[in-house]
Amino acid sequence: MIDARPHVLHDHYDVVVAGGGPAGLGAALAAREAGAERVLVVDRETEAGGILLQCIHAGFGLHHFGEELTGPEYAQRVLEAALDGGVDVLTDAYLLDVGADRAVKLLSGEHGVATLDTRAAVLAMGARERTRSAIRIPGERPAGVFTAGLAQRLVNLHGVLPGRRVAILGSGDIGLIMARRLTLEGVEVAGVFELLPHANGLTRNVVQCLHDFDIPLHLSTTVIGIDGRDRVERVTVAPVDDHRRPLPDRAWDVACDTLLVSVGLIPENELSRQLRLRLDPVTQGPVVTSAMETSRDGVFACGNVVHIHDLVDFVSAEATLAGHHAGLFAAGRHPRADNVRLQPATNVAYCVPHTISTEREHTVYLRVRNPLERCVLRLSTPDGVVVHERKLRYVVPPEMVNLRLRPAVLADFHGDALQVEVLAR
Amino acid sequence: MTAAGHDVAIIGGGVVGCALAHELTRHRIDVTLLERATEVGFGTSKANSGIIHGGHHASPTTLKGRLEWIGNQRWGDLCDELGFGFARVGELTVALSEADLPTLDHLVEQAEAKGVPGVERWDRDRVLAAEPNLTTDVVAAVHGPTTAVINPYEACFGLAEQAVHQGLVLRTDCPVLGLARNGDTWVIRTPAGPVHARYVLNAAGVFADAVATMAGVGDFTIRPRKGEEYLLDKRLAGLVHRVIYPCPTPTTKGTLVIPTYDGTIMIGPTADLVDDPDDVTTSADGADRVLAAARRLVPGISDRDVIAQFAGVRAVLDSEDFLIGPTAAPGFVNVAGIQSPGLTAAPAIAELVVDLLRAQGLELAPAAGPAPPLPRPVHFASLPTEDQRALAERDPRYRRIVCRCEFVTEGEVLDAIDRGARTLDGLKFRTRTGMGRCQGGFCTSRCMELLAHDQGAPLSAVTKRGGGSWLVLERDEVQGPGPDTGGAP
Ligand SMILES: Cc1cc2nc3c(=O)[nH]c(=O)nc-3n(C[C@H](O)[C@H](O)[C@H](O)COP(=O)(O)OP(=O)(O)OC[C@H]3O[C@@H](n4cnc5c(N)ncnc54)[C@H](O)[C@@H]3O)c2cc1C
Ligand SMILES: Cc1cc2nc3c(=O)[nH]c(=O)nc-3n(C[C@H](O)[C@H](O)[C@H](O)COP(=O)(O)OP(=O)(O)OC[C@H]3O[C@@H](n4cnc5c(N)ncnc54)[C@H](O)[C@@H]3O)c2cc1C
Repeated sequence: MIDARPHVLHDHYDVVVAGGGPAGLGAALAAREAGAERVLVVDRETEAGGILLQCIHAGFGLHHFGEELTGPEYAQRVLEAALDGGVDVLTDAYLLDVGADRAVKLLSGEHGVATLDTRAAVLAMGARERTRSAIRIPGERPAGVFTAGLAQRLVNLHGVLPGRRVAILGSGDIGLIMARRLTLEGVEVAGVFELLPHANGLTRNVVQCLHDFDIPLHLSTTVIGIDGRDRVERVTVAPVDDHRRPLPDRAWDVACDTLLVSVGLIPENELSRQLRLRLDPVTQGPVVTSAMETSRDGVFACGNVVHIHDLVDFVSAEATLAGHHAGLFAAGRHPRADNVRLQPATNVAYCVPHTISTEREHTVYLRVRNPLERCVLRLSTPDGVVVHERKLRYVVPPEMVNLRLRPAVLADFHGDALQVEVLAR
Repeated sequence: MTAAGHDVAIIGGGVVGCALAHELTRHRIDVTLLERATEVGFGTSKANSGIIHGGHHASPTTLKGRLEWIGNQRWGDLCDELGFGFARVGELTVALSEADLPTLDHLVEQAEAKGVPGVERWDRDRVLAAEPNLTTDVVAAVHGPTTAVINPYEACFGLAEQAVHQGLVLRTDCPVLGLARNGDTWVIRTPAGPVHARYVLNAAGVFADAVATMAGVGDFTIRPRKGEEYLLDKRLAGLVHRVIYPCPTPTTKGTLVIPTYDGTIMIGPTADLVDDPDDVTTSADGADRVLAAARRLVPGISDRDVIAQFAGVRAVLDSEDFLIGPTAAPGFVNVAGIQSPGLTAAPAIAELVVDLLRAQGLELAPAAGPAPPLPRPVHFASLPTEDQRALAERDPRYRRIVCRCEFVTEGEVLDAIDRGARTLDGLKFRTRTGMGRCQGGFCTSRCMELLAHDQGAPLSAVTKRGGGSWLVLERDEVQGPGPDTGGAP
């Protein structure tokens, strides 16, 4: 890849972006396009591109670039666009802190500890994987239990394999993709075990990564124990009842030397917490306005650090919005205030952004709690007056729903809160 | 080593074996320590509550009760000398009903009898003012100011490291398989060949009965008693400031809420007899019991807060006390049954054993000079910005973060490797890599690279904790037959 390092590190920037994945790079470019002079992206890896760099499969960019790219190709495009647009990209540098006055502290392989001022900041630190402990599997603690993303890193970036026979807990996308990847490497995949009654990853990944390779997917099933003193020797799996409680009488053992855990991602919110941003307890990312501004003035956020996206294309769209407003903020033009709060209600886990304006056009992203077919997405006032409805063919939790809202739709609405629901028709 | 071999061989490198090695190498003798694991402290000594008990919990009529209080008084200085952290946070033993009050009185009396200073009764208001997150059901408590917390594995590493500087011959990956007498010396059988020594100290923890049997004096049985512990997200740091004990029962101190030395909260342990001394499994039932008990003390704790769990096994004798002393086998000394408070008592145990060996005729002249103190490992995250800047300026290894949750630099990892870390767990216990929220999802591959590089070996040679705990395979080690079903019955 291109050596993107700036030769000098200035002590002042208009916009500093934490994280050089598609979110951070996209935001930086948008900030430049909005007129910001000096824009710096900081990424802790030695190459910018974020999680995409380890996703060597295709399936990226259909919406954003209109063609199907691999992860690294998509990353390369957004990186080149950012560099061409005059963005400084500093890799091998860890953003440690954004102070009250937006003084940014970083630790750089090239520059050591550096502190810079910035007028606006964009958080784009991406996500990390949930771990085994977050779901607490009792048993032994042998070697051989990996998050799917770590396994992906080991296989794709280090050229080694996690084991000979693998069980996968959780049907998140990374787990599905690793099921295929490992099979192609000659590793046996004994099965994918998913607690929920439906897969947690994209349908196309279930088809292309499991069905096409005859890898069994056991729904409503979970791992209830791990055996093996030094290295995993077997896991015990059991079906669960309607309340997701395991039924140990119906448990069976799966011999394997490796357990991959793919139980989803959560926003990397260390910095957000340090900054004391208001967080959404469901997304675990910051609460944002329609300008992607967090609860602190001049601190914006986009991408997986706000909520987990299934498609990078939507990350890029959100990044453009955040970067645009960060760029304007740096020039002294603060985003206009929103006037409506969105309240997730029946079958809606969360909505992003958390507030909107009745005067502007928005895309609202939301995730449902349960699958439904032939349903309707409804906006209504807290006392039940329907404001807007849209029919949907089907909804499933792994696939984000997006709702384009034009001001005309809300013309007759004068309240300050809207409930968002997805109901059966 | 003299022609006859070592003066003393210690079997077992837990905190007891390490403290013995440390105390013995203060003298001009030749000492070796044999540990079956890849690093010291990987048995029970890394898997406990990390509390240096206040000194007033165990009765002065027991050996463990006497050594608990002496040990408590040693650890502060020892930690300074060995360059690791020690925090005298104090404790509260809380009564949740009037029925518990006599237990509180008894604790205060026991403290007076043992000379443990400052142990006193606090009323409800004072308790809640000091620990506002405690349950409002609290009736009263006993405050003990002498209680401290440490990272127990650091104690083992530090004791062993300084002992090695003083001449200890440390043998890891070295399980003792058999013992035989040859004239005046013991011949200790190991996979790496025989080791000879005049005196053998049996500090094999839950395996002390097996080792005693090898020496022909297996006249006691260790009953393994497991304890599960659960670590909570560091977001809960500050939930309690002192170690919180419920009123104890005759066999256990109960489930505690512990502010660990690292500032996180840990809850546990359970106390369950198990058959297998190597059984360190955690269980759903154990988690439920620990959480329920901890919530009785601090209701704000939720099961969603648990980020890590582990278990350790106490080596319990029927007497419920330590067994320390010579045996019918000449030169073979038991240091067995070291259940709780064994961590606390370890330095006192070592002093007692040195006296015993002297009484047995071992000549113990003081070493030439005191061991130089060990440097305190750098903890980059907690340095002031100016010091971070200067260090990163001077040494580029401190410019790269390896573990993002615990914020550990490459410099710290490399230093830990220099000081003896051989495994992923060894790194974790020395630097906290992989201990945070992501539990190694991010730093594992980098840590493996750094270990592999140091050992001049491929990634596939790196282990989690030695033995068969391999982590990855090279591509040519795998030739699976393709997809297969692990199908449901
Ligand atoms: C395995 C997998 C498969 C996927 N498959 C597809 C697919 O097929 N199609 C598709 O469209 N999408 C897919 N996605 C989704 C998409 O790739 C992600 O949503 C997108 O990459 C998120 O971008 P981001 O910039 O928010 O985060 P990331 O790409 O995670 O980037 C965040 C960056 O910030 C850096 N960073 C974090 N904290 C700091 C700090 N303090 N200082 C400096 N740098 C920091 C990180 O190192 C990282 O480089 C997949 C995702 C994964 C994980
Ligand atoms: C859950 C729990 C919580 C506790 N909390 C506390 C506390 O807060 N405070 C406190 O003071 N005490 C506490 N204890 C007690 C304390 O942990 C123990 O008393 C102490 O660790 C015992 O140390 P040890 O060296 O005797 O045993 P170990 O640490 O088990 O060391 C024995 C060593 O011998 C080695 N070994 C065994 N067989 C052989 C062989 N054949 N050849 C070579 N090596 C061999 C083992 O590998 C092991 O490393 C707790 C215990 C538990 C289980």
